[in-house]
Amino acid sequence: MQISQEFDFFVIGGGSGGLAAAKQAASYGAKVGLADFVKPSPQGTKWGLGGTCVNVGCIPKKLMHFAAMAGELRKDQIEAGWIDTDIQGKHDWNRMTENVQNHIKKLNFSYKNQLNKKEVKYYNKLAELEKSNIVKLIDKDGGIEFIKSKYILIAVGGRPSYPENIPEIEKKVITSDDLFWLPNNPGKTLIVGASYVALECGGFLNGLGYDTTIMVRSILLRGFDQEIAGKIEDYMMENGIKFIKEAIPINIELTENNKRLVTWTQKGIQHSDIFDTVIIATGRKSDTNKLNLEQIGVKTNKNGKIICTIDDRTSIMNIYAIGDCVEGRPELTPTAIKCGQLLANRLFGGQKKMMCYQFVPTTIFTPLEYGCIGYSEEEAINKFTQNEIIIYHSIFKPLEWNLLESHYAQACMIKLIVLVSTRRVIGLHYLGPNAGEIVQGYAIAMKLGATKEQFDSTIGIHPTCSEEILTLTAIKGIDNPQKEGC
Amino acid sequence: MNPQYQYDIFVIGGGSGGLTVVDEAQKLGKRVGLADYIKPSPHGTQWGTGGTCPNVGCIPKKLMHMTALIGEIRHELTATGWQGVDPHSKHDWNTLVNEVQRQVKGINKANDDWLVTTNGITYYNKLGKLKDDHTIELIDKDGQSEFVTAEYIVIAVGSRPSFPTDIPNVKLLTITSDDLFSLKKAPGKTLVVGASYVALECAGFLTGLGYDVTVMVRSILLRGFDQEMAERIGEFMKIQGTKFIRGTIPTSIEDVDGKRLVKWVLNGQEQSDIFDTVLLAIGRSADTQNLGLEQVGVQTNKESGKIIANDADSTSVSNIFAIGDCVQGRLELTPTAIMCGKRLIKRLYCNGNQIMEYSDVSTTVFTPLEYGCVGYSEDAAIKKFGKENLKIFTSEFTPLFWNFANRKGTCYAKLIVKKEDDIIIGFHYLGPDAAEVTQGFGVVIKLKAKKNDLDNVVGIHPSVAEEIVQMQTWK
Repeated sequence: MQISQEFDFFVIGGGSGGLAAAKQAASYGAKVGLADFVKPSPQGTKWGLGGTCVNVGCIPKKLMHFAAMAGELRKDQIEAGWIDTDIQGKHDWNRMTENVQNHIKKLNFSYKNQLNKKEVKYYNKLAELEKSNIVKLIDKDGGIEFIKSKYILIAVGGRPSYPENIPEIEKKVITSDDLFWLPNNPGKTLIVGASYVALECGGFLNGLGYDTTIMVRSILLRGFDQEIAGKIEDYMMENGIKFIKEAIPINIELTENNKRLVTWTQKGIQHSDIFDTVIIATGRKSDTNKLNLEQIGVKTNKNGKIICTIDDRTSIMNIYAIGDCVEGRPELTPTAIKCGQLLANRLFGGQKKMMCYQFVPTTIFTPLEYGCIGYSEEEAINKFTQNEIIIYHSIFKPLEWNLLESHYAQACMIKLIVLVSTRRVIGLHYLGPNAGEIVQGYAIAMKLGATKEQFDSTIGIHPTCSEEILTLTAIKGIDNPQKEGC
Repeated sequence: MNPQYQYDIFVIGGGSGGLTVVDEAQKLGKRVGLADYIKPSPHGTQWGTGGTCPNVGCIPKKLMHMTALIGEIRHELTATGWQGVDPHSKHDWNTLVNEVQRQVKGINKANDDWLVTTNGITYYNKLGKLKDDHTIELIDKDGQSEFVTAEYIVIAVGSRPSFPTDIPNVKLLTITSDDLFSLKKAPGKTLVVGASYVALECAGFLTGLGYDVTVMVRSILLRGFDQEMAERIGEFMKIQGTKFIRGTIPTSIEDVDGKRLVKWVLNGQEQSDIFDTVLLAIGRSADTQNLGLEQVGVQTNKESGKIIANDADSTSVSNIFAIGDCVQGRLELTPTAIMCGKRLIKRLYCNGNQIMEYSDVSTTVFTPLEYGCVGYSEDAAIKKFGKENLKIFTSEFTPLFWNFANRKGTCYAKLIVKKEDDIIIGFHYLGPDAAEVTQGFGVVIKLKAKKNDLDNVVGIHPSVAEEIVQMQTWK
């Protein structure tokens, strides 16, 4: 075996975590290599450097969500006096995807540049562990080379999973891997799943004008606050999205004119309908099965996720893993980035700080956005019991929604979960416009142990939605959350 | 309850501060009187209950600002694939004004209904004037007077736009923010005189709505605000098409065929131009004339007319209090007036001991590029602590959808940190949704958070706010 290069740090996977760790390690003078290779989806979709977030995740998702929101604003525009906006104007899918993809390609290019600048050697090759310190790299033509590295970081992320009960399903459906690169508009769409991926995609497809149905096996947004999940569903239904609840598809067939005949059972009864596109969004699995982990001795759980200690070490001393492919980590870009940077700081910068996963803020970009930090109501009651917490709640209407009477007046909600003993805010839930922008600052406050009183004594900015978070007085179970006036 | 007086508490001025005092007092079962009356602007503009904020301030301003912004989004609509949108089509002023007034009147009605139906409140749509330290004269629109007495009096009369004293007929030849939000005719080619946030916010949305707008600035923009941020706001407005004439003031304004011929001197040369509308936004003065203050002994600042009150909001007459814009040394903001009113009532009736604090109050300027800030400006921080004792982190960035739609301009964030203890003493964010981004950081600054605390938190992706927790380079 010929070793073509030796590194201090070799990263497998050029996504959010991998790129951050590679660049940070290089900044300490370490000799760094990175291998990134995208295995095409069953539909043949591929993409460039940057991982899920940039190519088939956060970025295109947010742009399309934004496109749908912008479309919604046409009605507000007319109400506010802008003339010549055609509310009936159709949406041109190809124009949008072309612009989205151009943007993504710019990002792919910029990442390559960044690696170059930092002198990280980039391999567009599929990596496999050969030994605990040797990586086998396979290019698209099958050519092989071997590199050696003192430390290896696995940051391979995940890919969409498929249900196992439908024969040849991979040929008949698409996933988020394909949606953002779809050459033709999706038409009448069925989305199977109840994850944030399912709801976000369903949300923007509906907003762009497509007939959208979401099929849900049991609950929406498992793991998230269920009261808020219910309100997200209400809002989506108000906006024309159809939900088929307590159902799973049992068969999908291709019709003569290339549509999808889907059969499902709901409460024991069989139904069927024809859709142009079926999107599977029932979950993601770790992309670890071709890494040769078992032979090398890197332990994984039964779902393929790598088992790591708190300092990101696998069961093999010099092999580390971060991001979506690791058990117990939140599947988010910013946590992967931070984790990667902190790991590089520990390995090469003499620092000790570990990643902290407490009070990580997240936002779901459904048509009505949801930002949250800390405990959901269910988690709080589970951990602390009902007596030890107080939940403050409020239903409010953003000022700008007054332009159009058709905005659902009771849609927006805020919940603060407060510990009785310390008055500390341990859960913050904001359902309304600009959720991501609003929630960010509060994450720091909560990490610092802010109390309800500290929130309340902070003076609001007027007029905003965020100031509502500082003026909550209604207590769940005692007071009506609805406010009465300005 | 003191039977000697008709009211336990009488409030003059039904704005943000005044209505809060009324509400908090009536909730405690007190007998409350309120006098609210709008003296018409020189053009005869009047409005209903609620004060400046809902009628001629925050609310209509934000609606017009949002309208301008959603006009901007038409460019993004095309980039995101929507057809049938003409990013260059015009805006109809009357549709907007009617919509804004519909909302304002909705708020007026809600206030009126509440005032009329709530037990314990007696509302007078009359001009209030102090007769003695417990007596208020109430004058109706026909000049008829009645007198009421109260144990406590709260003056919350706010302020009105100021006019220059050296231009003849200026009040009839110009409009102010009092008139803008209900203007019957589109403003057309507009000169905005002033450099306050009122001037820049109005100039900003008028430009966004498609009008030819010029801002005439005597010296600096946004006095009192961080000057680096102020200049960036100006630059962004220029990119949007607003014109600036810096370093001068109008010397005369004349009516020419219904338009306004404005003259000024710049670099020793007299210049002039004709505008459809001249909007004055050079500042606001406390609305304390004819309140009877002098004869009752309530001290004011002779120059500004602002009432002098102590930390407990008490004036020089012990049972007379003053809150909000009409008081010297207060921030001219709705939320501070509201909180001040709440704390006042707690102190008067509930053994509360909290006085109002005015430090580290978050605010936002709703210019085309919005600006949210908390704490020290760079200039103030350097003056107080010395440049060598500060680390000033900065970040220039472009939001995701700006990149996508090839929008010009950049956003900017700045954190001012004390070297000795790493505490963040100033937060400045210039970018979209500034108010929403800034609010949470208001709590953070109050908690005396350190830069390290920001570094430890995880960003929300993709957002603009996450840029703030990723700042690594400093000046």
